Amino acid sequence: MKELQIDRREEYERLSLETVKVKTPISEFWRKFRKQKLALVSFFFVLFLITMAIIGPSIVPYEITEPDYDNILSGPSAEHWAGTDAFGRDIFSRIIAGTQISLFVGLVSVLLGAVGGTVLGILSGYYGKWVDRVIMRICDVLLAFPGILLAIGIIAILGPGLGNVIVAVAIFSIPIFARIVRSSTLSVKSTLFVEATKSVGAKHNRIIWKHIFPGTVSSIIVYFTMRIGSAILTAASLSFLGLGAQPPSPEWGAMLSGGRDYLNTSPHVTFFPGIAIFVTVLAFNLLGDGLRDALDPKIEE
Amino acid sequence: MFRFVTKRLLEIIPILFLVTIFIFLFVHLIPGDPARLVAGIDATNEDVEVVRKELGLDKPLHTQYFTYMGNLLQGDFGTSLKTKRPVIEEIGSRFMPTFWLTLWSMVWAVIVGLLIGAISATKRNKWQDYFGMFGAVSGLSMPSFWLGLMLIQIFAVTLGWLPTGGLDSWKSYILPAFTLGTGVAAVIARFTRSSLMDVLKEDYIRTGRSKGLTERKIVWGHGLRNAMIPVVTMTGLQFGFLLGGSVVIETVFSWPGVGKLLIDSVSYRDYPIIQTEMLLFAVEFILINLIVDLLYGILNPQIRYE
Repeated sequence: MKELQIDRREEYERLSLETVKVKTPISEFWRKFRKQKLALVSFFFVLFLITMAIIGPSIVPYEITEPDYDNILSGPSAEHWAGTDAFGRDIFSRIIAGTQISLFVGLVSVLLGAVGGTVLGILSGYYGKWVDRVIMRICDVLLAFPGILLAIGIIAILGPGLGNVIVAVAIFSIPIFARIVRSSTLSVKSTLFVEATKSVGAKHNRIIWKHIFPGTVSSIIVYFTMRIGSAILTAASLSFLGLGAQPPSPEWGAMLSGGRDYLNTSPHVTFFPGIAIFVTVLAFNLLGDGLRDALDPKIEE
Repeated sequence: MFRFVTKRLLEIIPILFLVTIFIFLFVHLIPGDPARLVAGIDATNEDVEVVRKELGLDKPLHTQYFTYMGNLLQGDFGTSLKTKRPVIEEIGSRFMPTFWLTLWSMVWAVIVGLLIGAISATKRNKWQDYFGMFGAVSGLSMPSFWLGLMLIQIFAVTLGWLPTGGLDSWKSYILPAFTLGTGVAAVIARFTRSSLMDVLKEDYIRTGRSKGLTERKIVWGHGLRNAMIPVVTMTGLQFGFLLGGSVVIETVFSWPGVGKLLIDSVSYRDYPIIQTEMLLFAVEFILINLIVDLLYGILNPQIRYE
């Protein structure tokens, strides 16, 4: 019996590969995503950034924290592609080494925010009633402190530092994820198949994990990608304000802040870290746009 | 309409209540003893106890909250730890510059955002659309503090046309307002484009076309007017980003506003100022969203009857 089943499956697979082109959700997604050239380029750029984050610090041409007093504030040249800063450190090397920090802060903070927000959003949407009201009121309060202000408030409590920036950006992502996941939970919950699962007596746990959560994943993925860009921006802003990474860390926002005093004479010290932030955030935003267009069934080509 | 307004006003009360609790608890969330923080590092244990009594920190938490609320309602926001002046004076003189800065940023961002969005939607998949949307996503991805510094470098340092910072005349507004509004203009442009594209598919647009209305009248008269409804809500939410962004921009442009004061206070741990500013920003944001909701009710007659 078992052999027969396996044979059958192989048969089906062969058939589906050769004769009928089955549209699985993944192949459908890939077909739509591939068409968007900008998003595709961004995808490869993000892969490149991740590679740089891993191997960057070991391949940079110059020592990133060692001062070189013979080369203070020299402009871009063949030896120093992006010039040197007020301590004679090679800016290009520091930017490459800093990729790690920005990506780490962006990914970890959004991941924490997404996990927290997803749990709250599913609980809120699935159980409704007082659970929903309590969770949504908490979100309202958190969202009442707009934008970066909530993060600044949290830093004011926890004190400056990169670790606290991660916590602050994570908390500030939670209510947004919670709302998005809540609304997709509500729409999945009202579908017929969830109704059917309930009627055969499935437990809440099973319904949530097997049906509700998978239904919310695509909106989580899209928002996750878009959020990374703004998390990197927020973290860089906080470091720029002196509330995040502290010198001599090669965090881009902190580097930029360090260049402010030399803006008149050496604008390259602020220019290049800014470009690094800009290009990185742009790549994540374009990737997010592409994912949204490819995953949203409402958008036609 | 009256019922709608009352309902929205009543909804605000519990949120405001929770916001004040959050802000009140703020002092107690800071690691360490708040009384010691106020008394200073050199204070003896007796000094700290005196301060604790003075501030009522020895009383139970709920009593402290009622005292705090009572003081708030009487306009007493405490004293700055740094300058020893009343918080209301410190913030009062800096409120208007921030208010005008955010308002001007919003004005240009809405106008330009709507324009770019409308052009992109009507010239869908043409170069205008690609150009507009790439510009928008770039505006969204640009670190505002970097943009501000680069603009200072070009227009103030190199060309000498505009001041590098501070607030002296109307010219002082140009660079900071432009910098602050860029992100919002980008969001509004993207949102207007998708909203207008949806509207242009509607039946009444087809009716308009079939009765021979000019394309201009269809897009700007019927289309954009209906597309505006969700855009208005979005704009209200974007005001929040402006308020938050002002903190960063004011630091870049040495703007004499509440945002810069907040950052200075965070490094000094001047918590009476931080608390009051958080409250101020939250209340401002809640009020703006209330106004936006009411505006929404005027634009969309369906809402009023719900």
